[in-house]
Amino acid sequence: MKARVFITLKNGVLDPQGKAIGHALNGLGFGSVGEVRQGKVIDLELAGSDTERAKADLKAMCEKLLANTVIEKYEIELKQ
Amino acid sequence: MKSAVIVFPGSNRDRDTADALELVSGKRPAMVWHADTTLPAVDLVVVPGGFSYGDYLRCGAMASQSAIMKEVRAHAGKGGLVLGICNGFQVLTESHMLPGALMRNAGLKFVSRPVTLTVEETQLSFTRRYEKGQHVSFPAAHGEGNYYADEETLDRLEGEGRVVFRYAPGDNPNGSARDIAGVMSEKHNVMGLMPHPECVVDPLLGPPDGLAMFQGLVEALS
Repeated sequence: MKARVFITLKNGVLDPQGKAIGHALNGLGFGSVGEVRQGKVIDLELAGSDTERAKADLKAMCEKLLANTVIEKYEIELKQ
Repeated sequence: MKSAVIVFPGSNRDRDTADALELVSGKRPAMVWHADTTLPAVDLVVVPGGFSYGDYLRCGAMASQSAIMKEVRAHAGKGGLVLGICNGFQVLTESHMLPGALMRNAGLKFVSRPVTLTVEETQLSFTRRYEKGQHVSFPAAHGEGNYYADEETLDRLEGEGRVVFRYAPGDNPNGSARDIAGVMSEKHNVMGLMPHPECVVDPLLGPPDGLAMFQGLVEALS
C-alpha cells in the first residue's frame, strides 16, 4: 500500500515562507495570487493490506512524529 | 553539581556547554550519546544547541524521539532539572516537555547576533543569580526561534509566571509571540531558551552575562 500525508500549518499560524512565496509570485506578474500557505508532502510505502490498520497507524505516525500538532494539521491519503 | 550534556548527531554547542558547566562547578559533565538508554545519576541535564539530525522534518523532531530522551523525560518527571538551549529548546518543545513550538524566523533569515533579554523570573534555579527586570546580552544563532503558542497558552504562561526571558523591547530577532525568548515547565524544573548563555561565560569574549545562570545552578544544587 502507498500513502501520502499532507502536512500544513493550522489556520491562524503565521506562515512567513508562504508569505514570501506569495510576494515572489506577485513579483513575477501573477497578480491574482492572494494568500499562500506552504506545507509538506510525505509519501510512504506500507506493508500489509489492512486499510483500517494502515489508517490507524498513519494517524499515530502523524501524531507522534510527522506533524507537530501544536502548529500543524495533517491529512492522510491512502492508495491501494 | 553533577550534570550531563546530551549529544545528538549534529549537536555543536555541546562542548561549550560542558566547558561552561566545568568552569563553574569544577566537574566535567558526563557527555551522553543520544542512543544511550541510561542517564548517569545527575542533578542537571542540558540539551545543547546545534542542528540535531540536520534539522530534518522539523528542528528537534527527530531528537525528541531518540532513546535518551525517554530518560531525560523520566529525569524531569522526578523533578530533576533540564535546560534546553537553542536546538535543545526546540527538542524540549517537540518532546512536549515545554509548551509551544519554535517556527521559522519571521524574517526568514538565520539570525546570528547578540540580543538583549529581560530576565522576567528569578525564583528558579536557573535564574536565581539574576535580578528581576535585569537586561542581559546573549548571542542568538538560529533560523527557527520564532516562539509560537496559541493565545490561551500564552495567557496561561504569563499568568503563571512561566515566561523566564523576553527579548528586550525592539530587539525581538525572530517574531516570537509576546517577545518570548525562554519559558519553563509547570513544575519550574525544565527551562528552554533560544539565545546562548554558554557562549558568554568568559570575560575574554565580552561581558560574561551567561555566567550567573550556571553559577545559580551550582548554588541551587549544592
